[in-house]
Amino acid sequence: MQGLTTHNLACIRGERAVFAGLDLAVKPGRAMLLSGSNGSGKSSLLRVLAGLLPAADGRIAWEGEDVAGDPDAHRARTAYVGHADPLKPSLTASENLEFWGRLYGLKPEVETALHQFSIAGLADVPARYLSAGQKRRVNLARLAVGQNSRAGPMLWLLDEPATGLDPGAVSMLANTILAHLSNDGVAIVSTHGGRLDELLEGKADHFSISARGT
Amino acid sequence: MIGFMLILRRELRLAWRGGTDAVIAVVFFVLAAVLFPFGVGTDPGMLPRIGGGIIWVVALLAAMLSLERMFAGDHEDGSLDLLYLSPVPLGTLALAKAAAHWLTTGVLLLVAAPVLALLYNLPGEAIGALAASMLLGTPVLSLVGGIGAALTLGARRGGVLLALLILPLYIPVLIFGAGAIDGAVAGRPIGPQLMVMGGFLLAALALAPWATAAALRQAIE
Repeated sequence: MQGLTTHNLACIRGERAVFAGLDLAVKPGRAMLLSGSNGSGKSSLLRVLAGLLPAADGRIAWEGEDVAGDPDAHRARTAYVGHADPLKPSLTASENLEFWGRLYGLKPEVETALHQFSIAGLADVPARYLSAGQKRRVNLARLAVGQNSRAGPMLWLLDEPATGLDPGAVSMLANTILAHLSNDGVAIVSTHGGRLDELLEGKADHFSISARGT
Repeated sequence: MIGFMLILRRELRLAWRGGTDAVIAVVFFVLAAVLFPFGVGTDPGMLPRIGGGIIWVVALLAAMLSLERMFAGDHEDGSLDLLYLSPVPLGTLALAKAAAHWLTTGVLLLVAAPVLALLYNLPGEAIGALAASMLLGTPVLSLVGGIGAALTLGARRGGVLLALLILPLYIPVLIFGAGAIDGAVAGRPIGPQLMVMGGFLLAALALAPWATAAALRQAIE
């Protein structure tokens, strides 16, 4: 068994079971596109996989080994992009990016990462002056920082990463993900369809969470 | 250690560029302490007797003003998730946040306190006791306050809840801090009070980051 697998995974929020009995398998070099209606548990699943939420039942394995056995190693191999853009309004785009890079022990080549999302010109602009789409690009540039470092994260968990992006930026994101996959990385991406799905076609499997959730 | 310095530097930079937040606490401290003599009258014998207690009570309240924002911003914009997922332990994060809070609030209170002491006509040795007790006491306020800030994350009316949670925990600091100043005014030795306060500081350094980390873990889920 290779890549990321889950067995009988369940998540409970409040008193309600969001999903249960979830079996996933994503091989290295493949992406999995999660679809499902609002509230079907896509975000919860990504948070459980990242270790931000505890799983109520079941296990998650990387290369066949249970990740609960070594949570630090699991965190080191995981890059998570959530709904919010974790940028401080008074810091510039490059300062924000450099902080996250260094905190994760990566060698942040901020310039290159920003260039990858065509926002090198915004490096010295405080994040408060950036539009929603530009903030999202800076947030996604964190992935590029990890990608350009040795021993960067191999498991990408992206929660609707294309939200607020223009078509050009969506292709930049797709190219970044494809480069990650060609590097034998794994990506799990929640989407509501659209251009990103088309661009990743052929490299991606689909998984509909609402069909199997309870 | 690298993680601690990174977070501390980020917090200080944010405080510096944020400007007013840190200044508000010290302005409140001075203003509130200046109001008391108007309320209680200017009997020259009374002010030195009550001054130490008043300065300490106002310092507790001032330190609380900026506590609510300690983790709230990071919680709202998703930074807390990423801080948790980073190789830096949550305990280190809690310690760095408390250190930043102390440097941007406690130190300013520490600087302003002797000026207020003059206003209350405290004798010279009492000003020394005030400075020493605040040096030992204000870091405790930041460390213990961090627990409250983490516990009230995401709560409605978190500020009020924070006050209810944290003020009772501040009472020991208040008792020994004001006690040291009273002692100095009365000409008694203040060593014992300061030693107890040093004990509080060591205990808070050891326990508060750990408790804050547990509360943050809860908030992330």
